[in-house]
Amino acid sequence: MGADAKVAGSTRLMVGEHFMLGDHACAEGALAAGLDFFAGYPITPSTEICERLAHRLPQVGGRFVQMEDELGSIAAILGASAAGARSLTATSGPGFSLMMENIGLAVMMEIPCVIVDVMRGSPSTGLPTLVGQGDVFQARWGSHGDYSIVAFSPSSPQECFDLTIRAFNVADQLRIPVFLLMDETIGHMTERVVIPPAAQIPRTPRKRPTHAPGEKLFLPFKADSDLIPPMAHAGEGYNVHFTGLTHDERGYPALNAQAHEELVMRLSQKVSAHASEVTLVEEVNLEDAEVVVVAFGCTARSARRAVNLARQRGIKAGLLRVITLWPFPEEQVRRLAGSGRVKRFIVPEINLGQVCREVERLTSLPVDRINRAGGAMISPQSIVEVIAA
Amino acid sequence: MTTAASASNPTRIVETHPIDKVLRADRFPHILCPACGIGSIIHCYVQAIIESGIPLNQHVCVSGIGCSGRAAGYINVDSYHTTHGRAVPFALGIAVYRPDLHVTVISGDGDLTSIGGNHLIHAARRNVNLTVICINNFNYGMTGGQAGPTTPLSAKSSTTPFGSWERPFNLPHLAHAVGASFVARWTVLHIRQLKEAVLRGIHKEGFAFIEVLSPCPTGFGRPNDIGDGLEEMRRYRRRCHVDDNAYLPEIDIDLTNDESPIVVGNFVDVDRPPFHPALGEPASTTAKPDPDRADARTQSRESISNGR
Repeated sequence: MGADAKVAGSTRLMVGEHFMLGDHACAEGALAAGLDFFAGYPITPSTEICERLAHRLPQVGGRFVQMEDELGSIAAILGASAAGARSLTATSGPGFSLMMENIGLAVMMEIPCVIVDVMRGSPSTGLPTLVGQGDVFQARWGSHGDYSIVAFSPSSPQECFDLTIRAFNVADQLRIPVFLLMDETIGHMTERVVIPPAAQIPRTPRKRPTHAPGEKLFLPFKADSDLIPPMAHAGEGYNVHFTGLTHDERGYPALNAQAHEELVMRLSQKVSAHASEVTLVEEVNLEDAEVVVVAFGCTARSARRAVNLARQRGIKAGLLRVITLWPFPEEQVRRLAGSGRVKRFIVPEINLGQVCREVERLTSLPVDRINRAGGAMISPQSIVEVIAA
Repeated sequence: MTTAASASNPTRIVETHPIDKVLRADRFPHILCPACGIGSIIHCYVQAIIESGIPLNQHVCVSGIGCSGRAAGYINVDSYHTTHGRAVPFALGIAVYRPDLHVTVISGDGDLTSIGGNHLIHAARRNVNLTVICINNFNYGMTGGQAGPTTPLSAKSSTTPFGSWERPFNLPHLAHAVGASFVARWTVLHIRQLKEAVLRGIHKEGFAFIEVLSPCPTGFGRPNDIGDGLEEMRRYRRRCHVDDNAYLPEIDIDLTNDESPIVVGNFVDVDRPPFHPALGEPASTTAKPDPDRADARTQSRESISNGR
C-alpha cells in the first residue's frame, strides 16, 4: 500500500509532493474527489488501487467492500451511487468484460460512477503483469446497444490523480459511468505526484431535485434543456422507480418504439452535447507540424520522445496526445487534417489497431499504424523510424 | 377519496384500498397472469411495510429480472429494477452506504439462485442487512416456462420435455448453510405466516431469506398436469407441513409425489453480527466467532435422533 499511506491516517487529502505509484495516485485522486464507496475484486494490474483503498477509505469515513466478483462490484457501486455515494470500482480487462452488462444498466438508469480499467495484454487472461492498450473499443462499445460514455486515459501518475477527480465530476455532471483507461505501465509507474490543497480540487455536484418530496409531482427521468434529469437518491422520500427497461419520464417501463427512440437518443445526445467540455488533448509542437503522431497512455510518452528526436533531425513532427479517448477528439483531428500543413498521421498503440480507426475516419490523409499486440511499450526509436520514413 | 358517512349510518364507502399508498396504483393493470402468486406476495410485503411502523421513505425495494423482478415496480417506495441476477449486490451497495434504510430484495428463484447464485451465497455469508424474498415458482416464467435450478426432479418444462434430470436446490438448507440469520419457507397459501416472516425479516439485523412457493399456472402448472393456480394451492393445503424445527437437509420439495410433505416454517432465527464494513477500527470489534453454527449442528443431530 506504500509507506506514505500508513502515516496518512485519517487524512483524506495527502496534500504535498509524493513519489507515488500510478495505481496509488488513482486511489488518492478518488479520495480527493470525495469517494464514499468502493467495491472491487482483486485483479492484476489494478490490485494496488483496491489495496490502497482498503487501507485508506475506511479511515476517512468511506466504505470499502471486497466483492465476490466483478459482476457484484459494479452492481454494488451502482446501488451505493443510487443512494447518493460517490462510488468507484477498479479492474483490468477480464473484470471489465464482466462489468459490461451493468455498465449498460448505469447508462440506462443514469447512475454516475467511475470505473478504472488498468489495461493489460489481452485477449482473455493474456498478460496479467504486462502492458496492453486493447480495451479502447471495449470501453466505447462493450455493452450491448447504442450509448455514449466518457473515457480518460492518463499518461502519468500525476494524471492518474487529476483525471480520477475529473472522472467523478463528469460522471456526476452527466449522470453516466465514466472510465479511466489506464494501462499497466502507467499503473505500475512511480513518479512525482503533487496533491493540491482542498480549495484547488474542483467538485461538480449532481443535479438534484429542486423541491421537497411530495411538494409537487417529481418526474425522475424528465430532463432539462441540458438533457440531464435531476437525480433523487434512495431514502429521500421521492419514491422513485429506476429500471433497465426502456422507460418514460416517470421511470416506468414504456415498451414501445417511440419511448425507446426518445430515451436512447437523449442518453446518447446528452454526452455529445457536452463533448467539448470533456474532451481533453495535449498538443506538443503542433504549430508547424507536418507529421502528427496521435497517441495515448504510456505510448504517448514514447511518442513525445520520438517527436523530440525527429525535431533534432529537422523533421517537423508534433504530438496530439489524446487524454479523452471517448468522446474521441474529432474536432482536433479534423482541424489538423484540414490545416493544409499536416501531410500524414501516425498512430502508435499497443493493440492491433483501434485509435487509428478513429483517426482514419476523420481524415483522407495517410494514417500510418504502429501496432504491438502487447507485453512491452512501443519504443521511441520505432516511432521515429516511421516519422522519418 | 372518501364519501362522508352520514351521522345515522356509520358505513363509509371508501374508494381507495388501505394499501394503495404503498402501491403504484397508476401502474395497474399489472403484467401478471391470472392465478399467479406474485400479487399475493407483493401484498404481504406491502402489509409488512405498513405494520413495520418504519416510514415509507426508509424502505427500498430491489429486484432482478423476470416476473418476480417486476415486483419492485409496483411498490411505491424507492425501487430499483436491476439486471438479471444482480439485485442482491445492487441492494448491498444501498444497504452498506445507507445502513439506516431497510432494503428488501424481491426476485425469482432463477434470478436469485441461478444467475445470481454467487451473490446470494456471499451476501448471506457476510450477513448483509437485507431481506430477500425469493419467489419460487419452479421455472422461468417470463420467458415461457423453462427449467431452472429449483425445477423438481422429473418435472416437465419447455427445456426439459422428458422431465428434469437435475436435482433441484433445497433453498432453506442452502441459505442456512451459507450463513443467513433468518430462514423461512412459506407458500402463497400462508398469507399471514408469510407477512409475519417478511416483517421479521425487515426487523432482522442481518441477512433474512424467505422462500415463497408460488403457483405459475402458465409456465409450470400446464406442462405438469397441475390444472390451474387453485389446484396448486389445494396441493399446498393438502401437503404443507409446518415445522419450524425441521431438519433442513431433508426438506427437499418433491412436487410430483403427492404423498411427500412440503415442509414450511420459520426455520432459522439467530443473531449474528450484521455486515458493517469497518470504519477504520480493528475488525475484531465486529467479527465475532459464530456460536450459532455449532448449535445448529447439535440441533440437527438431535433432530435426526428424534426421527425428524
